Amino acid sequence: MLSCKDVTKLLSESMDRSLPLGKRIGVRLHLLICKFCARYERQLLLIRETARRLAATVEAPGGAFGDTLSEEAKARIREAMKTS
Amino acid sequence: MANPANLDTSVWVDRYGDYLFRYAMLRLRDRPAAEDMVQETFLAALKGRGTFSGDSSEATWLVGILKHKIADHFRRQAREAPLEEGDLGEHPDAGHMDGKGHWTTGPAEWGGNPADLYRQGEFLDRFRICLSELSPNHANAFTLREIEGLGTAEICKVLGVSETNLWVILHRARALLRRCLEARWFGTTAGKGS
Repeated sequence: MLSCKDVTKLLSESMDRSLPLGKRIGVRLHLLICKFCARYERQLLLIRETARRLAATVEAPGGAFGDTLSEEAKARIREAMKTS
Repeated sequence: MANPANLDTSVWVDRYGDYLFRYAMLRLRDRPAAEDMVQETFLAALKGRGTFSGDSSEATWLVGILKHKIADHFRRQAREAPLEEGDLGEHPDAGHMDGKGHWTTGPAEWGGNPADLYRQGEFLDRFRICLSELSPNHANAFTLREIEGLGTAEICKVLGVSETNLWVILHRARALLRRCLEARWFGTTAGKGS
């Protein structure tokens, strides 16, 4: 019987590779009886989805994050381009 | 095919500077480093403008160059700061598990509808803060996997780690992020026992 510690590790691993069948079954069985690990899995998936949304949001024109180059940095970059 | 001579490089900084900078900031979490990457990207693009085929937009072409610069930056960082004990160390949730590895204080119910969550700028900001508090090795691995969407084999090459170690690093990174979000965003109303 897998412990929660094993299962949390395998849940993460399953997001990076296809688990061998035996482990996959072990994890699924555990999730049927352990609400905490089932919750953990949902939260890891939410974290994955959030990272994807973040990438999309930041790349959208006029993105939400207000990260902009400072005027000094822009001037420096223009200078470097002129002299390159 | 576009004539490379048509590229008006004098407007690059104004037109694409902020976009490239945002792209770099999300991945590097470091303003000076992100500024450097943008500058390097423009310089490389100037030098290589003969290779711009016009098949993609200028923006896409510039981002392609920036992606390589960012990977180089991660590669350099990985060489300068190899894996530390903590990167592969104890399970971040170990303090919430008993000797047999079962939850004593399990993950809290986060509630709410994820779709609503993503629309909240504050949640995304909090997520970025949590990401920036991870060790560089954890944060870089997570970024390459989940933000860049690279496969594990490619990430192993960039970071110079074995696949087994990468799985451990990603597991640590996700667990630490989960814990940070739970504490800082969702508040803690964790259930006891199971």
